[in-house]
Amino acid sequence: MSSLSTTTVPGVPGAAPQRVARTKSSESGRAQTSTSRRVLSIVAVIVALAWVFPIYWMINSSFQPLNKLQAEDPSWLPLGGTIANFRQVIDDNTFWQAMRTSLSVVVLVLIAALIFAFLAALAISRFRFKGRKSFILTVLVVQMIPAEGLFISQYQVLDGWGLVNKVSGLALVYTAAILPFTIWMLRGFVAGVPIELEEAAMVDGLSRVGAFFRITFPLLAPGLVAAGVFGFLQAWNEYTLALVVMTDPAQRTLPLWLQSLVESNRATDWGVVMAGSALIAIPVIAFFLVVQGRMTSGLVSGAVKG
Amino acid sequence: MAATAPTEIGTTTPSAPIIRRRRPKFGAYGLLVPASILIGVALGYPLVRQFVISFQEYGLKQQFGAPAEWVGLQNYTDLLTDPYVWTVIGRSVAFCLVNAAITMIIGMSLAVLMQRIGRAARISLQVSLLLAWGTPVLASMTVWQWLFDTQNGVINWTLSNIFGMDSMAHHSWIIEPLSFFFVATVIVVWMSVPFVAFSVYAGLLQVPAETMEAAQLDGASARQRFWNITIPMIRPVLSIVLLLQVIWDLKVFTQIYTLQRAGAPTRETNLLGTLIYSYAKDFGLAGALATIMLVLTLALTGFYIRQMLKEDEL
Repeated sequence: MSSLSTTTVPGVPGAAPQRVARTKSSESGRAQTSTSRRVLSIVAVIVALAWVFPIYWMINSSFQPLNKLQAEDPSWLPLGGTIANFRQVIDDNTFWQAMRTSLSVVVLVLIAALIFAFLAALAISRFRFKGRKSFILTVLVVQMIPAEGLFISQYQVLDGWGLVNKVSGLALVYTAAILPFTIWMLRGFVAGVPIELEEAAMVDGLSRVGAFFRITFPLLAPGLVAAGVFGFLQAWNEYTLALVVMTDPAQRTLPLWLQSLVESNRATDWGVVMAGSALIAIPVIAFFLVVQGRMTSGLVSGAVKG
Repeated sequence: MAATAPTEIGTTTPSAPIIRRRRPKFGAYGLLVPASILIGVALGYPLVRQFVISFQEYGLKQQFGAPAEWVGLQNYTDLLTDPYVWTVIGRSVAFCLVNAAITMIIGMSLAVLMQRIGRAARISLQVSLLLAWGTPVLASMTVWQWLFDTQNGVINWTLSNIFGMDSMAHHSWIIEPLSFFFVATVIVVWMSVPFVAFSVYAGLLQVPAETMEAAQLDGASARQRFWNITIPMIRPVLSIVLLLQVIWDLKVFTQIYTLQRAGAPTRETNLLGTLIYSYAKDFGLAGALATIMLVLTLALTGFYIRQMLKEDEL
């Protein structure tokens, strides 16, 4: 679950690739700058290639037939590849079963986490009340709990309520796991929309509720999207709690399904395993790449200036 | 709850927007209720329960309905007098510190590197880090198992055919504990570095250029500027990232568990997470060990957390 609770640090925005590096002035001479820059660039590209290689290898292998994978020398390019591995996965009923389970869990988690976290974020950033600080502190500290130590007692609690092997049971523990971070994240976004915007709309004759939904809510969309993506990634990728809660093979989520695929194909057919991994990973990676840059949107500051 | 909440806001007097913020509001509490209940039910209650059970005899019999007996500190003394448990604790702490240190060093170096290279190189580095970051843990685990595969793994092939290490031709990487942890470290570092690199890079971008220029005019060398200005200025980012790495690496489970399933000897490769999992038959023992792990985490991170809370404006 821990892998659940935090993937990004609160308050630390993600990549800002559009900005220009500023250290140009820190090198002493122009000539030296460009040489050292070139050397460092080459180093960076080598690191990039090394880092991406496992993912390349996953895709490459997923297109290889068994005889090529077990050949004396590896094939470095998927030339003359086959989609038989993907076929085999897609024709597998258990894959779609796991897909259904995973999707149901993710949808439930997203709905519950976004609504609940949004309400809580609203409370702590728009109101001052007794116990506010302790609530925020709890939200912070809960993220520090080594949840890997908690799974057995979570299993027990779910078992007591008849929620083991149920999508709702898994969704419950997932939601609780990502809520603290989601609240933390949305709190920043809500606080970023100045209350003056709402007040101005109220002066212009909107009701409090109207002002909130017509003015503030649209400005929170990027925050909700970011929090939603975060929740999606966590619930989609989580393994440990699913392993403990979903003991029935018919209720496997995709990561559990992948692990069982590995165990039945180990040392026999890595191509199928790689195809399965790629099918699970590629949508997530694509999603992640698209959204990463947009998570920190400057929409709010623009709204105030304009 | 979703439906009632906005109404509760609506009942406050709209004509006094400034007073509204100071007055205690039942509406605010109402907004907190759903989240609090959920966290309480699925995190708080299990946490308390686990703590209680750690003082009870709670084996298979109790799981099937027999009343649990209070045994005081029995579970804790059982664990803490077992030299094997101490071995695992030591192993976990060592694994955690080594991994956190390597991840931080590589992540910080890559962040600094990103700042000093051309646009094209930077973007290719960022994209490849993002790819590694976005890959689901289980998918990464299968790929790495395939890379390190004994028979047809590309790593063995490269070592024996390109570097001429013939003994590596059909080398099994996970049979030996030390080599097992080497593989685990490679995987954990590969997965964790992108987060560190991007966070530190975001911090570096916020160091004002004026400060650096002023220091340069005052005659500070590049090295001095880095250690005396940049590092202190990005300290908050560094400390939260380090804190999270230590927490994550201490409780690492999925990577170790899947590697063990790949055929490694369990007893020689257990860390705290997998050891707790292996106690699944005895909830009392598992609860006690989980509590020990929590205390250990707090011991390793408590100082940092206190400092962060002091500096952090809530």
